[in-house]
Amino acid sequence: MLKEEELDLLISELSDQYGYDFTNYARASLKRRVNRLLLIDRFPSFAELIYRVKTDPAYLTHVVQELTVNVTEMFRDPALWKMIREQVLPVLATHPFIRVWHAGCSTGEEVYSMAILLEEANLLHKSLLYATDLNPSVIENIKKGIFPISQMKEYSENYIASGGKKDFSQYYMAKYEWAKFDERLKSKMIVATHNLVSDRSFNEFQLIFCRNVLIYFDKTLQDNVLNLFDDSLEKLGYLVLGAKENIRFSPIAKKYLQLQNREKIWRKMQ
Amino acid sequence: MEKDAVDDFKVVVIGGSAGSLEVILNIIHELPVDTGAVFIIVVHRRNDKDSILEHLFSVKTRLTVNEVEDKQPITLNTIFIAPPDYHLLVENEAGFSLDSSERVNYSRPSIDVTFQSVAEVFGKRAVGVLLSGANADGAEGIESIRNAGGYTIVQNPATAEVSFMPLQAINLGGIDAILDAEHIAGHIRERCAQRPN
Repeated sequence: MLKEEELDLLISELSDQYGYDFTNYARASLKRRVNRLLLIDRFPSFAELIYRVKTDPAYLTHVVQELTVNVTEMFRDPALWKMIREQVLPVLATHPFIRVWHAGCSTGEEVYSMAILLEEANLLHKSLLYATDLNPSVIENIKKGIFPISQMKEYSENYIASGGKKDFSQYYMAKYEWAKFDERLKSKMIVATHNLVSDRSFNEFQLIFCRNVLIYFDKTLQDNVLNLFDDSLEKLGYLVLGAKENIRFSPIAKKYLQLQNREKIWRKMQ
Repeated sequence: MEKDAVDDFKVVVIGGSAGSLEVILNIIHELPVDTGAVFIIVVHRRNDKDSILEHLFSVKTRLTVNEVEDKQPITLNTIFIAPPDYHLLVENEAGFSLDSSERVNYSRPSIDVTFQSVAEVFGKRAVGVLLSGANADGAEGIESIRNAGGYTIVQNPATAEVSFMPLQAINLGGIDAILDAEHIAGHIRERCAQRPN
């Protein structure tokens, strides 16, 4: 098991040498990630890992990718997507131009989910979806629009549960193990690296998704990131978080109103 | 946790899979409101988004029942349930954190993950209880609790609805008590009444 001081050493190495700051990540989870990295890359000891990190800059991308969690799916929590379909999209439709930010979107499953929703509401043509993540390697996947075919059954069920009326398979071409999603879905995506810890607000949006990212941060960092979202959200814009995340105890809470029926969607009221 | 709270409270973590629900309902039904302990329950289930367990448990116990939200504070005399589709971790003595990373033993929440986390933070104050199930999840976790000096209870495989999970734990050795379902609650009550030595 990794010791506290070993974790501190790795954190300071990644920060000093490479500018990736994990200081305010939630420790319990980060520790698990480091233990997992030690296991999958078969380091005989922590010292070997730190040596590799110090001496091999090419290894860094892999470290960052493994320390962060890149688990995501299309239309995860279908009830939430149903609510976006039914309550959020009609409001967004009144705007001449729609800007959506998927912060910490990993491999982009949710960005494609949103693009499908916008397409079905006939809004995609006037929308832009900004997809950002701190991992340069995972966002490459968004540009490709290729996802494992093995997931499509589950995604199709999620899609239908979210109120989707079409045949989900019309959105992709199956090729061997992969499903390649329609080019027109990604035509409105802007993909870039952005680190929520260190980078600033870069635009104003009507809708921000950040689902199951804040759980990896401690309270201080959560509050900072929520402030960043607040700075990046238009008045009456929407903020969407993960199923077990909440803004209740954050400084921005008083400016926001949660939509009814428990889904984690808040509207900026002032 | 409040500053003046006794710092020797027990943390009872219960894990189960197929065939465990009934046992858990009976255990929590028999728990008094003032054990001064924290109860954490991890059950495998389908990805139901509704908080079915929270409702089921609430009607069976007078303790407060919470499905854990991210960074929720740990409070005594409370039952905390691992939410569907997340691993439940103990961040420190004061609170929980959640993690939606890869499944462990085909499971999220994984019993091993929570047990290991409880062992690391609470050490000998941990009481691990592993129940009926058809999966090996939980065996390594309960071993971590034992290695950290905590107390371990496993449901008697002979009378468990599905014996695989408790058997896996027993095969790793060193279990403190192997009990029939109806004796588990009483045993937990006794452990909670004892101070760590």
